[in-house]
Amino acid sequence: MEWEIVIGLEIHAQLATKTKIFSPAATAFGAEPNTQACAIDLGMPGVLPVLNREVVRMATKFGLAIDAEVAHHSVFARKNYFYPDLPKGYQISQFELPIVGKGVLEIDLEDGSSKTIGVTRAHLEEDAGKSLHEDYHGMSGIDLNRAGTPLLEIVSEPDIRSSAEAVAYAKKIHSLVQYLEICDGNMQEGSFRMDVNISLRPVGQEAYGTRAEIKNLNSFRFMEKAIAYEFDRQMDILEEGGKVVQETRLFDVDKGETRSMRSKEEANDYRYFPDPDLLPVVLDEVYIESVRKELPELPNEKKHRFITHLGLSSYDASVLTGSREMAAYFEAVAEAAGGENKQAANWVMGELSAALNKAGTALADSPVTAGMLGGMIKRIADKTISGKIAKQVFEAMWSGEGSADNVIEKRGLKQITDNAAIESMIDAVIAANPAQAEQYRAGKEQLLGFFVGQVMKVSKGQANPGQVNQILREKLK
Amino acid sequence: MKEKTLTELALLLQQRELSSVELTQYYLDRIQRLDTTLNSFISVTGEEALKQAAVADQKIAVGEAGPLTGVPIAHKDIFCTQGVRTSCGSKMLDNFIAPYNATVVEKMSEAGVVMLGKTNMDEFAMGSSNENSFYGAVSNPWNREYVPGGSSGGSAAAVAARLTPAATGTDTGGSIRQPAALCGVTGLKPTYGRVSRWGMIAFASSLDQGGPLTQSAEDAALMLSAMAGFDPKDSTSMEREVPDYSATLNNPLQGVRIGLPREYFSEGLDGGVENVVQEAIAEYRKMGAEVVDIDLPNTRLAVPTYYVVAPAECSSNLSRFDGVRYGHRCDDPRDLEDLYKRSRGEGFGDEVKRRIMIGAYTLSAGYYDAYYLKAQRLRRLISEDFQRAFERVDVIMGPVTPTTAFRKGEKSDDPVNMYLSDIYTIAVSLAGLPGMSIPAGFSDGMPVGLQLIGNHFDESRLLNLAHQYQQVSDWHRQAPEDMA
Repeated sequence: MEWEIVIGLEIHAQLATKTKIFSPAATAFGAEPNTQACAIDLGMPGVLPVLNREVVRMATKFGLAIDAEVAHHSVFARKNYFYPDLPKGYQISQFELPIVGKGVLEIDLEDGSSKTIGVTRAHLEEDAGKSLHEDYHGMSGIDLNRAGTPLLEIVSEPDIRSSAEAVAYAKKIHSLVQYLEICDGNMQEGSFRMDVNISLRPVGQEAYGTRAEIKNLNSFRFMEKAIAYEFDRQMDILEEGGKVVQETRLFDVDKGETRSMRSKEEANDYRYFPDPDLLPVVLDEVYIESVRKELPELPNEKKHRFITHLGLSSYDASVLTGSREMAAYFEAVAEAAGGENKQAANWVMGELSAALNKAGTALADSPVTAGMLGGMIKRIADKTISGKIAKQVFEAMWSGEGSADNVIEKRGLKQITDNAAIESMIDAVIAANPAQAEQYRAGKEQLLGFFVGQVMKVSKGQANPGQVNQILREKLK
Repeated sequence: MKEKTLTELALLLQQRELSSVELTQYYLDRIQRLDTTLNSFISVTGEEALKQAAVADQKIAVGEAGPLTGVPIAHKDIFCTQGVRTSCGSKMLDNFIAPYNATVVEKMSEAGVVMLGKTNMDEFAMGSSNENSFYGAVSNPWNREYVPGGSSGGSAAAVAARLTPAATGTDTGGSIRQPAALCGVTGLKPTYGRVSRWGMIAFASSLDQGGPLTQSAEDAALMLSAMAGFDPKDSTSMEREVPDYSATLNNPLQGVRIGLPREYFSEGLDGGVENVVQEAIAEYRKMGAEVVDIDLPNTRLAVPTYYVVAPAECSSNLSRFDGVRYGHRCDDPRDLEDLYKRSRGEGFGDEVKRRIMIGAYTLSAGYYDAYYLKAQRLRRLISEDFQRAFERVDVIMGPVTPTTAFRKGEKSDDPVNMYLSDIYTIAVSLAGLPGMSIPAGFSDGMPVGLQLIGNHFDESRLLNLAHQYQQVSDWHRQAPEDMA
């Protein structure tokens, strides 16, 4: 039987606030255990939560960015369950009335097509603490630094049909929350975590199959692997006539497989009810519009502008708008290059990206600044250097030899454009290769390449290739 | 000195007829001598109290005193007090010392008040007899065989026995008003949102409200002025100015409209209590008030509604007592589940467990709509009854309790009967309205309270009406005989 995979994602984006969602404690990562947890985070008797206004603004931004309805009235609810790293015995979340309603997100796939994925809702909630099971000999340690950290949980519709789509969707959300500056996107530190709901159904069947949820993935690559493993696992069960159990599973990174965490039967009844310690969040149009004005240019708008105003291809525009940082870098390069947009795109996506990857360097730490790269492209455009020499210049800039002009000057890489100088080099090359000249004249025109190569060699690559071509053709007539 | 009210003592202090240290020592001595039979205090903080009194005396000496500087009071043991055990009447918190003060404690302390100690209460404020305390039952000072009411039973008994001039309390369904009535003192539950809940250990968050228990309405006005106000640490506290409650105490009652709910004078109301209440209302007529009958048709739904809403919130609020971070932890837990089960099983008393179970049940999947959601709708109906009534009248009056204080043990095996003793106070809590109990006489030797119910944030009017009654009566000045 042919099986179709149905995927829905729940993404937890940690909101980039300075303090926690309901307390004044700091949210910074990496502090000594329990040094960033105040009485409120510890769930001491008599303490009360007070909502951090900043999280409302951030959630509103997200809602507007995905064309969702931002709720005029949303409510915090308590999700009740016992766990040692959940100090109050309940998590404050949103249940029936989330702050962000239905929205949409367009994703670009590798084959150049695009697809719209529905976002069911996004709601605000507090994170729990962390249980530490090592180093405590038969006991567990509890670190409540993370308790009360604000999260935006973004829930997709089950619109995703492949791991590639799942990754494209997750990456798009990852990029969007960073564009909006509401999440730092740091996956190692747990600022962006993904839960994947997966079910299979026979191709053509409308009803969904039973799903399993893989929790807490913090890498796109692991997510892709986990989905692939889960597809095979569920298919094997179904083909043998078995039933998929609705359960929560974990992805074991080392073994590359998912394993059961708890099944639905053992699942908690969370006894949700509105939190009486917090008032409903009421947002009026004036507020929502004021947040709309703060929105930066969003990835899709940027992509559209790159295509229509900067003349880029759809593919280039997608890649370059993949992150706000990359897009900004590209725009700075293009500007410094005096509008050589296509060249700027090629260099950013080509040499620069390759060099960054190879060195494992972040764009922000690139030794070649946008201004330097743009300046170099300008020298290609004004024919000071050729594209080939430019690669040398780029490498020199990368290793700290200064601006393109400095490198060209110091290394004497300036292109030779003087016709007389080129002609004398060509004359010498023809004179040194009479046999080949003979053959060319006899009609073996492929030999032109040979002559160009020889001239470039003599000129140490500095002769303008266009002029070399043109003069060679004339001389060899 | 014991017959003096808070207001009178404050005046003596300001006139330097008396020092705060002397006054504090006087009450500490009374507590030591008389509380053995009453058991109204859980903790007495004598040493610290005398230090605070000395500081107050200095302030008075340099003319930096406020109206309450140097006056001793007691706090219900539900308010967190930095450095002093806050037990909430429970074994669970027998070892708990809060690292912070409740806003109420903080405000009273800023006003220069001296804390004598922490008063006894029903465990986690759940009860109407103060028999549910880990620290033992409290006796009614008018008759040691009788309960003082609850859950602020310790505060009411201590004020009635003049072991403290005043005390703080909390009221979720009647926990200030009912013990005030049963002990013959003045008790005020303010409008929900008037007094900060920060540091006040939660029972039912949408109902809990702190307030004063005092000898007189005049004292209550002084206390409330210090306790009330917006607190940025409590999202449910109201950003609304605190009026000078003392300034309007003497407003004339001519033309004030008083409503008597028919439902509060029907089946179940003890005849002796009814007579006392009617006589008090007759006094108001004499003072020029207009008295009319009104209807609060959903009254009978109040108790069942309350016993869904309050336990639901309680079941969640009390989840934090898990033996992990503070409070009681069982010995040698085998595993996590064992830690939870035994710590909570050992730490909580029966009434608390009963309410946690009721609450967990009403919130569980499949029952939520039938119980919690329905109760929320009924709560709105009950609230609307009052709003309609307040279109016709300025204040509502009636009994606080259906009977006077009952004997210890009489209702402790009959929770539903016990719950019904709050029948006249619960609706007021559900509607978030201010309510007051003032001494109005005796029936068979036990005190009877008159309940005054106002519209939201109309505490000034309640205090005004209560004070005027206390100008023409002396029930509030009657105290039980000292019994060691």
